[in-house]
Amino acid sequence: MEGSRALIRALKSEGLSVIFGLPGGAIMPVYDALLDSGIRHVLVRHEQSAAHMADGYARASGKVGVCMATSGPGATNLVTGIANAYMDSSPIVAITGQVPTSLIGRDSFQEVDIVGITTPVTKYNFQVRHASEIPAVVKTAFHVASNGRPGPVLIDLPKNVQTETSEVNFNPQLLVRTRTNNIDPDPILVKKAAEALATAERPFILAGGGVRISNAYEELRALSELLSAPVGTSLMGKGCFSEDHPLSLGMVGMHGTVEANRLIQQADVLLAVGMRFSDRTTSRPDDFCRDARIIHLDIDPSEIEKNKEVNIFIVGDARKTLRGIYELLAGQLVRNADSSLERIKEVKELLTQQISSNGAEGLSPCQVLKEARKVLPRNAIVTTEVGQNQMWAALYWKTYLPRTFITSGGLGTMGFGFPAALGAKVARPEAVVADIAGDGSFLMTENCLATSISENIPVIVIILDNRMLGMVAQWQRMFYKGRYSGTRLGRSPDFVELARAYGAHGERVESLNELSDVLRRAVSSDVATIIDVPIHPEENVLPMVPPGKGIDEMILT
Amino acid sequence: MEQETFIVGTIVENKPGVLHKVSNMLRRKGFNIESISVGPTEINDWARMTITFRADEATANQLVKQMEKLLDIVRAKILDQSKSVARELALVKLRVEDTRARSDAINYANVFRSRVVDVSPSTLMVEITGTPDKIDAFIQLARGLGLVEVSRTGVTALERGLNALHSEGEGA
Repeated sequence: MEGSRALIRALKSEGLSVIFGLPGGAIMPVYDALLDSGIRHVLVRHEQSAAHMADGYARASGKVGVCMATSGPGATNLVTGIANAYMDSSPIVAITGQVPTSLIGRDSFQEVDIVGITTPVTKYNFQVRHASEIPAVVKTAFHVASNGRPGPVLIDLPKNVQTETSEVNFNPQLLVRTRTNNIDPDPILVKKAAEALATAERPFILAGGGVRISNAYEELRALSELLSAPVGTSLMGKGCFSEDHPLSLGMVGMHGTVEANRLIQQADVLLAVGMRFSDRTTSRPDDFCRDARIIHLDIDPSEIEKNKEVNIFIVGDARKTLRGIYELLAGQLVRNADSSLERIKEVKELLTQQISSNGAEGLSPCQVLKEARKVLPRNAIVTTEVGQNQMWAALYWKTYLPRTFITSGGLGTMGFGFPAALGAKVARPEAVVADIAGDGSFLMTENCLATSISENIPVIVIILDNRMLGMVAQWQRMFYKGRYSGTRLGRSPDFVELARAYGAHGERVESLNELSDVLRRAVSSDVATIIDVPIHPEENVLPMVPPGKGIDEMILT
Repeated sequence: MEQETFIVGTIVENKPGVLHKVSNMLRRKGFNIESISVGPTEINDWARMTITFRADEATANQLVKQMEKLLDIVRAKILDQSKSVARELALVKLRVEDTRARSDAINYANVFRSRVVDVSPSTLMVEITGTPDKIDAFIQLARGLGLVEVSRTGVTALERGLNALHSEGEGA
């Protein structure tokens, strides 16, 4: 069998139904085999978007997303998307063409050392040397991408390997040692954690993306209710705990909610689940939860005291670990739920009075997002770009269900949201998918509109349009005496006309009524709707923790 | 925190690109490496890599964790130096222009229990094995004699007794 056909067959045996990609010389044999395969191909206009689509697909579905590109520039264009998936532990497999093995190392046309380039941003990568290795490589790639702490894997396929005919065994062994022995938490540590939580007066649970990855939502909810412990999330954890639950406090961190940042600092025991104490969550790691005993659960042992010293570290699957703690405490623990809820309510009420919008011309992002939340269904999937739009979405877009809030957390990739929305829509065609964008970010991958139209993937894009690179401009106002350097975007383009040029709906809205009308139509539209919402150019994202401050030292107005 | 020298013993899959993956990780995480030595082991599929570096204890633990996170690393462990043998080999080339210099050099080499492995009319090459401190001391001495060049292997180390990196902790 030819290598290219062996690849397709191996991918199908992993259950793959869609590939996001763009062809080129060194991957043509695979594209030829793809044509008769029954696998859907979504053609992008730039390979970075293919990686983001695969990532969005993976986050919305929990399945491995696959992207494909040719050698050289095709491969390097994937790199941002691969790095993005790496930082956010998202399972994708990237397949790249490569020049024939006889030409490797000679600076051949469209040759690049993509295995070398992606080594720091993949969980694992391969360069396949013989067609006979393909099934084992594919099986290993999917296994590595989705097991333990997920992440991207790259398969580099020289062109002669794609065309080579070889005996191929489709029942291969994995090419790496499996490491599933860290899934079950150590029962002694689970008991210690349970004891610490049982005696806590002000427990707090901080949930990260690991809760989503291990489907631990029910276990998280049950334990928080048992403990009457308020739950805050990291950005990646948003959606792991319904934000209309009385114990939900929203996001913790630099742009976290006031209630979450205040109460977490008052905690006497912190249970941190599937998160890594990133600098955007903790601000100052030494000051973060300074008075609390900290229990940290993560499946990745290298997270042990990487960023923050803790009292108890449990390596294991979040779901099993939370269940283990719950089972030890259930029936024994009697806690006065009212006092916790009362405390949360007080802080929340205080907050609503403190945070005021700028009140100037244009709609406020807060109003826009709250209106959109009213119109769009509870299970709508929201993606975001990066910057102010993202933090406003994190603050004001209430998320009720897992895998319905998809954002570039670790790498902070502008241009992620729109292709990720398309990937999510491919994974969940029945769901309404909306990208909450800024005008700066949207332009980075705006050409995905062509993919959206030609591949019939209707999504909604809400552009919070301040004609600025808003987050940088906010920092310039706060820390650079308001000197705008490189942050004014000017009046080009007209997003409504731009949408029309691609064959999408484009609308500009000036009021909440118009917004809800347009959104209602967009939900049932069979093409993408781009909604341009002019907002005040100098609106800040608040609250904000200035760099170097503790997370309860927030700027509020 | 206090800096000390650590020796990490690792078993790695013996396949192309593994050294790159390890050195790439060490660089990107900012670990400050003194030496790495690599060679085959008693098992065909495995190579052994010994890494020495200066760090505080938390950083050293993090290095081991990051090593073990790489899928081609079978095991990584900080070796207890009081329960291990750590050795390095160096080839030291000396300029010896006259008989006096030559016999001095040979005498020093003997005191260090090293061997002369090559002689030319104007040079002499010494093979010396020992702890890094011992080799440092010899090189310091050699500078006074007329040092031409040095090649050191970096530290290699094994634990004393029955312990083996790959059998301990297996299946645990």
